[in-house]
Amino acid sequence: MRRVLPFPWVSAALLLLWLLLVGSMGPGALLLGAALALVGGWLLAVLDPPRTRLRRPLAALRLAWVVLVEVFRSNNAVARLILAPRTRGRSSGFVRIPLDMRSPAGLAALACILTATPGTVWAEYDSARGIMLLHVLDLIDEAEWVRIIKDRYEARLMEIFE
Amino acid sequence: MTHAESLPAWAAILVSLLLLLGAGLGLVGAIGLLRLRNFYERIHAPTLGTTLGIGSILLASMLFFTVLQSRPVLHEVLIAVFMVLTTPVTLMLLARAALYRDRREGSAEVPRSTTGEG
Repeated sequence: MRRVLPFPWVSAALLLLWLLLVGSMGPGALLLGAALALVGGWLLAVLDPPRTRLRRPLAALRLAWVVLVEVFRSNNAVARLILAPRTRGRSSGFVRIPLDMRSPAGLAALACILTATPGTVWAEYDSARGIMLLHVLDLIDEAEWVRIIKDRYEARLMEIFE
Repeated sequence: MTHAESLPAWAAILVSLLLLLGAGLGLVGAIGLLRLRNFYERIHAPTLGTTLGIGSILLASMLFFTVLQSRPVLHEVLIAVFMVLTTPVTLMLLARAALYRDRREGSAEVPRSTTGEG
């Protein structure tokens, strides 16, 4: 079973993706989708990614909600910053944030969340010391950002991935 | 084959508002590319279009085709998933490339590397 389907969830997602793209449930679509799902699983097995499991699906849903609210809030904030007259004293800059999380999947999720949210871009991660470099568009208080990242995202991601 | 004129008024208004919001956010992002002062600031601008901007346009599309019932509405979910996965990777790649180059050139505007290389 593990030889044929090394990553059952990934294969299931690939099959679903294919059926959605073709928009049909006919035998041809099912056959092609199944082939795609099988080969996709094998290719991923060759890459040998670190095994991760989603421990708390509910916590993941809560995190998704937090991110959604934050995306709305920061879209508004960044749009205002862009359209505001240039006279306002604003400073963007880099912040170093010490992270306790070591799980690669958790770090990847954090990087995607922070970069996708307007106003923050993940710039660097020092894996030896666990320090992340973040670029913030509207940087007022560095300590505040460290607190936001750790409380809002890191704690929840560690609950999910570690 | 779409019969836009058969769309009920409430749906037409909602679809138009969502499209305007999405297009507006894309426009603000583009203006941001012009107005912001350095590369690291400018890299924040397109995220407006790729989060809420694309979100509203996809929502408008889902609403339009659901009400007209001309096809299943799930394609948009796929677009959203691909956007969420690919945009951050591109932006991070750009930010890291800029950081690497600035450090090589000894720019004082970027923080030094903590690993001692680069």
